[in-house]
Amino acid sequence: MTTALPIFALKNAVADYGEVRVLGPLNLSLAPGEHLALVGKSGAGKSSLLAVMYDHWHTQDAALMPQDLGLVANLSVFHNVYMGRLDRHPWWRNLLTLAHPLKGDIAEIDALLTQLGIPEKCWTPCGELSGGQRQRVAAARVLYQQGRILLADEPVSALDGPQAESVIRALLATYSMSVLAMHDLDLALHFCTRVVGIQDGVIAVDAPSRTLTTADLMPLY
Amino acid sequence: MPLTPTARVSLSLIALALVCLSLGDFEISTHAPWQALGRLFMGLVQPDLSRVDFLGEAILRTLAFAFVGVGLGAAAGFLLALAFQHLWVRTFCAFIRAIHELFWALIFLQSFGLHPITGVLAIAIPYAGIFAKVYAEILDETDPEPARTLPHRAGRFSALLYSRISQAWPHLASYTSYRLECGLRSSAVIGFVGMPTLGFHLAGAFAQGHYNTVGALLILFYLLIGTLRYWVRPRLLPLYLIVAPFCLGTGLPIMWSNVSRFFTHDIIPAPLRQGEGIEGLLPWLGELMLNQALPGIWNTLLLTQIALALTGILAMALFPLISRHFTGKLSGTCGHVILVVMRATPEYLLAFILLQLWGPSMLPAVVALALHNGGIIAHLVGRRSNTIQLRQDAPKGINRYAYEIAPRVYGPFMGLLFYRWEIIMRETAILGILGIATLGFYVDSAIQEIRFDRAMLLILITALLNIGVDILARRLRAHLRLRHSINRKHC
Repeated sequence: MTTALPIFALKNAVADYGEVRVLGPLNLSLAPGEHLALVGKSGAGKSSLLAVMYDHWHTQDAALMPQDLGLVANLSVFHNVYMGRLDRHPWWRNLLTLAHPLKGDIAEIDALLTQLGIPEKCWTPCGELSGGQRQRVAAARVLYQQGRILLADEPVSALDGPQAESVIRALLATYSMSVLAMHDLDLALHFCTRVVGIQDGVIAVDAPSRTLTTADLMPLY
Repeated sequence: MPLTPTARVSLSLIALALVCLSLGDFEISTHAPWQALGRLFMGLVQPDLSRVDFLGEAILRTLAFAFVGVGLGAAAGFLLALAFQHLWVRTFCAFIRAIHELFWALIFLQSFGLHPITGVLAIAIPYAGIFAKVYAEILDETDPEPARTLPHRAGRFSALLYSRISQAWPHLASYTSYRLECGLRSSAVIGFVGMPTLGFHLAGAFAQGHYNTVGALLILFYLLIGTLRYWVRPRLLPLYLIVAPFCLGTGLPIMWSNVSRFFTHDIIPAPLRQGEGIEGLLPWLGELMLNQALPGIWNTLLLTQIALALTGILAMALFPLISRHFTGKLSGTCGHVILVVMRATPEYLLAFILLQLWGPSMLPAVVALALHNGGIIAHLVGRRSNTIQLRQDAPKGINRYAYEIAPRVYGPFMGLLFYRWEIIMRETAILGILGIATLGFYVDSAIQEIRFDRAMLLILITALLNIGVDILARRLRAHLRLRHSINRKHC
């Protein structure tokens, strides 16, 4: 090979649902420091694209925040956040943490929850939280995980204006690279460096966000 | 970290079991327990299938008693279910199902003798009580709207048939077929007290040391239960029900004088029978309570709590065997076979075998109860876990178990465990017949001494104990918010 490929790249990526092709083939690569917003109407293939990305990049320390969050309702907020680092500890330490959390971990997770505005919920089971609180727990989990790239599907869909902005700021401050599926075009244009519009499973728009306005993206919908 | 109510209840149950463990007797008293186990294993590997008459009769009678007993129980239970809104019907049903089929068999053996009706009633009566409760719950679950829209003058029966029963039919049928499997186990077990079913032949083969015959009987029994869904077809069912009564065998003729003497004379407390009145009754009652009922209750509770905790631990440890989140195709199939064998073996049969191998103590009873009930709960929890969708980046191995799956299935698991609490206690009491000093032991001894009045009173006490545990379990389920929708009350 003559030119070195960027690490985070997809080549002729596809996704099939049974017999039906829902995505691709498409090519996409991320430069270091890039924050990519995935936009497009629901069913266009944003979630499928994120799933394909995670499939390709999970060995390279990608962190995932799925749309349905994947929290465990019966476990406390603390444990759900702690799950972000399960792979960094031996199994016996994880078992111990389930019964008796260590002080250092509590302090670290407590700081994250404070930053996200839910410090009092540390020991509440996730099943008892509101939708917005649950989304902040999922955000705390990926913040705690500290991977090399963040793949998030609608990370702030259940949060209102100022809260949504503060959560996005926190996510982008922790991750130097990210792919965020977003339905709020203003947020996407404001916070991300690049916008990729998906239509019928293929890339319809791909441009730096400073060159785009919301009006440019309307044809996608 | 504050403990959740579920964690508190779980830890209390384990602590209580540990206390009970220190109070019980768990010695292996036979000389060569492992040698006997080895012989049994060899019997299973090399079953003696040559004695066709013998095996054929054992299987035929087991099937016949199961079909007739469950059939009658289902019919009676259905009628009772239609009147389930009356408190006295509910109380009556709770009472007849709190008495184990083996106790019913012991009662009828004293009156009807070794006549087929003894075995049939022993199964039909407690099953009617259970059917009534579950059928009523299923009928309650149906949508009341169709009944409201029927023509005003439609008869009660037609209305019921077209609205409630037609909606509930699939659930009624699937529950009934599940109970048929239980009926096969009950039918096998009543052989241990003399009915001509599998248990009778198994006990005989054990006594003579014919381990190869024991192996053949056990394997046939597993095959019978494992293939149930292939040969029990809705269309064939009427045929089976018609033929079964003719396959019960003849037994011994009923002595009607015995029957009437049993119910009008033998079961009347001795002091009353001898005209001593209340003054005589109180010391009689006191002596019975102190020397038999209380020790029996104590041992029954001890054993139940240990078995309950061990059942729970086993179920949580074994459910991954059939969970797709932990097994592949091949290992999942192996897991299924292991759990099927565990739950297909009736506790009584398992306890009987282990008692032969290890000698009398609480150990065989606890192991038998935990294996059977643990297998059932593990199967249900495993199936439940298969409905869980994990996120794409879910951890693997022990982290997946501890953080993703176990917390999600723990609530349903506790619900199932509490549901089996009453069943475990009923079985614990009955295992006394094998010589472990629970309530069944004192019932059996009283019968051996031809003191039926005492036996009846002890059976009554056992029934009340079961009802008490059932109420406690329901309270705990409500406390932990584990209530299933099927327990919905009448409005």
